[in-house]
Amino acid sequence: MTPEVADSFVDTAAAYVHIPFCSAVCPYCDFAVVAGRDDLVDRYIDALVRDIVMSEPWLPLEAIYFGGGTPSHVDAAMLARILETLDERHGIADNAEISLEANPEDFSAERAGVFNRIGFNRVSFGAQSFDSDVLVSLGRRHQGDQIDAALHAAREAGFENVSLDLIYGEPGETSQSWVETIGRAIDLDPDHVSCYALTVEPGTPLGRAVSDGAAAPDPDTQADRYEVAERLFELSRYEVSNWAREGFECRYNLTVWAQGEYEAYGNGAHGFRDGCRFRNIRHLDTYLDAVERGQQPHAGADAIDGWEREVDRLFVGLRRSVGVALGAGTRALLDSDDGRRLLEAGVIELDDSRLRIVRPMLTDAVHRSVLGLQPSIVSDKSDA
Amino acid sequence: MTDQTRIRNFSIIAHIDHGKSTLADRLLERTGAVTGREMREQLLDTMDLERERGITIKAQTVRLDYQANDGEKYVLNLIDTPGHVDFSYEVSRSLAACEGALLLADAAQGVQAQTLANSYLAIEAGLEVIPAINKIDLPAADPDRAAAELVSILGGDPEHVVRMSAKIGTGVDQLLETLVSDVPSPKGDPTAPLRALVFDSYFDAYRGVVCYVRVVDGYLDSGESLRFMATKETHDADEIGYLTPKALPVPRLGPGEVGYLITGVKEIDRIKVGDTVTVARIPADEPLPGYGEPKPMVFSGLFPTDGDDYEKLREALEKLRLSDASLLWEPETSKALGFGFRVGFLGLLHMEIVRERLEREYDLDLVATAPSVAYRVIMPDNEQVEIKSPQDLPEPNDRNGIAEPYVKAMILTPTEYVGPIMELATSRRGIVGNMNYLSPERVELDFEIPLAEIVFDFFDILKSKTKGYASLDYEPADYREGDLVKVDILLNGQTVDAFSAIVHRDNAEDYGKKMTGRLRGLIPRQLFDVPIQAAIGGRIISRETVKAKRKDVTAKCYGGDISRKKKLLSRQKEGKKRMKMVGSVEVPQEAFVAALKVDDES
Repeated sequence: MTPEVADSFVDTAAAYVHIPFCSAVCPYCDFAVVAGRDDLVDRYIDALVRDIVMSEPWLPLEAIYFGGGTPSHVDAAMLARILETLDERHGIADNAEISLEANPEDFSAERAGVFNRIGFNRVSFGAQSFDSDVLVSLGRRHQGDQIDAALHAAREAGFENVSLDLIYGEPGETSQSWVETIGRAIDLDPDHVSCYALTVEPGTPLGRAVSDGAAAPDPDTQADRYEVAERLFELSRYEVSNWAREGFECRYNLTVWAQGEYEAYGNGAHGFRDGCRFRNIRHLDTYLDAVERGQQPHAGADAIDGWEREVDRLFVGLRRSVGVALGAGTRALLDSDDGRRLLEAGVIELDDSRLRIVRPMLTDAVHRSVLGLQPSIVSDKSDA
Repeated sequence: MTDQTRIRNFSIIAHIDHGKSTLADRLLERTGAVTGREMREQLLDTMDLERERGITIKAQTVRLDYQANDGEKYVLNLIDTPGHVDFSYEVSRSLAACEGALLLADAAQGVQAQTLANSYLAIEAGLEVIPAINKIDLPAADPDRAAAELVSILGGDPEHVVRMSAKIGTGVDQLLETLVSDVPSPKGDPTAPLRALVFDSYFDAYRGVVCYVRVVDGYLDSGESLRFMATKETHDADEIGYLTPKALPVPRLGPGEVGYLITGVKEIDRIKVGDTVTVARIPADEPLPGYGEPKPMVFSGLFPTDGDDYEKLREALEKLRLSDASLLWEPETSKALGFGFRVGFLGLLHMEIVRERLEREYDLDLVATAPSVAYRVIMPDNEQVEIKSPQDLPEPNDRNGIAEPYVKAMILTPTEYVGPIMELATSRRGIVGNMNYLSPERVELDFEIPLAEIVFDFFDILKSKTKGYASLDYEPADYREGDLVKVDILLNGQTVDAFSAIVHRDNAEDYGKKMTGRLRGLIPRQLFDVPIQAAIGGRIISRETVKAKRKDVTAKCYGGDISRKKKLLSRQKEGKKRMKMVGSVEVPQEAFVAALKVDDES
């Protein structure tokens, strides 16, 4: 993917729809999710519809992402209602990417067909691993061969854009097991793969276990795993944790990273519209109450303008392999002590037109240096 | 004004926690100096830090009216003394204003080294020492054993030792009677020209410098023009009075009396504690014997974490000096830490207290370097030059030798710990001297030891080796030449001046290994490998490496949750502000002191 194409997503109108329901909550998960509350699904879908109708009409959507939770956990008909509402409110562009996050165990041949018919054209499976011990440790409820079956069902149903999510660095995972997981994934020939390092989030069951003395993921081991993934996948990496066949990069994600705008619906969803980053109420019942009272369910918003918009551009854009175009922000970074050190240590790289992170496993170090950057006064003067 | 025969001036000598402040409170209450409503726990410890730590830093003074059993009214002036080793110079001041000293020992713990040292000071100063045992109400109390110890130090009859509990009030009356009967009354000459000893001073924001004085001969009158014999300055007595403990102005203080004196002087430096005040019109011929100024023994660099706070630190030190004349400093520049001050302290506790006060009362965030001592460098021309910081040590070719300060140390310990203490002392180059048994169970160990060997962690190790039972006191002895070298620590090839230390050659390698090992644990992983080396001159004596960080990323920005990610990273960035950049290496502030902290060796 060329830098120009990647940056062009700044003009894309996208939308994120959050489905919080799961059959069980995975111990490492700290997203806005619930298990055992399926009695609320109907009310929630009604609320989502109202949430969408309350938003200002916008451009036809070119990328729609159903995330969760487990969107595949609810009836396809309900998701179809959401898509219809989005189409009525904003319109959906002809060639729009419409993504569904799905758990392998939910993806029978029959349901795959329904999801495809109602409009989804991309599916992203929460595969996580092909090693049964690792799957158990991660609290997943499927086996490796169910991933194979789900992927075949998706292909059979006509999905031409299929992605697998993998998690590495679970303390019980061995180097061998990770290599095998990647091998099994490659055999399935997905169009897109996301590999995430298992992260211990405070407040989760995993977080509590680790603070009580359970083994935590080892950062060096995770770095090793990442290097293995980098070496084995033939897909090309276009973001810190994402690999894709050319042309199959996730357009919703590309929009986020190009500083494009996206609507957000559902509890705990985050959006960016009209220059403002906003977040919805995270607690499910509170979200429902707000929407049912006819209130926009926003919990907070930050206007991103002026210098902050430039810092924000770097913040999101540097996650991509194409990096960011040079500008006031990159100049300020390179003028800072932090920036000079990052360059010297070979974490970032500079050419005539772009600044890139070349050691993606150190992305947060770059991000910390970007946050709080001030406009570079000396350079601005020399420009004038 | 009170007739000398009715005055008793005394101090209380006691170890920390042996109940001195509680006793002082009880005396105030019993003599009616303070009403119940005014009574706060430990009234005499006024500084917040004193109250919190339960120690006395500045001496306090109070005048008590007491109706004795003989039917006469007496004035008892209690001149409180600090109980910690660092503040023994303040003890000498207090003792110089008294005729008697109450030696207070805990009935369970017995006499401690500090108390013993201060008792020797009192005896040398010719004071009548009155033994008393406190906390007899405690379950672990063994008053007979404590009395036997006191008698072995002071002589006399164990039956004569006052046994009391300041907490519940038992024995306080007996103590008051003993003070009246045993402390000699002052024997000043009322007809001689005025001679009054300034035994303490403090700075009051409204009144300026307030002196505590003890009149020896003659009369101190309000409004009189006074001559300070040491500073040769003349000031008017704007106000004089008693400390009841509230200031109570009076027109005159007579011989033997204790009180305060305000002259309108605003700069504490212009009043010398130990000075003799006389009347300008008819001055005394000879001043009273003064006492030496306190000399700092321990030095540490204090640097503001934020370089912009340098001026604020200077101002804070200046303000602090108004109430602590012993505080001395000079500017110091460190390549690692920027601009700061080399500050001299009386000891480790003093250092800790000053640092805490600077951070707490002046809202400063400080990095303190490891404490060191003042060395005397013997130059090629055999001249001696004093250096207070290892950075200032000339290169080996530019010096003939280094002499270091030794102290005479005294440890009081239960006999069972003698072995471990000897071992500790000799491992720190101590030369063991006398052993005096206070009782079959307790012994006083004397030895000479380089001050540098005890300034950092000796006391902690001593406490841990003896389950807290041993106590330590020391006084400066002399300077002795030693085979000393400077060990430098290099981070990423660059010397970190703040980590340089002067150590004995035999210990240099151990020291280097210990430092590089500790720093490896204290310095977080960076973007590149960081070699940590210890070197003597150009010779590397040990090396460790902090491997480069390989993973520093949160994989997922879920659902475009940019704001939360920014907040998380901003918080992490805040945390990094507490790091000092040394060249291109980020070093946490704690590392500067933690690197030298006591560890497994104890």
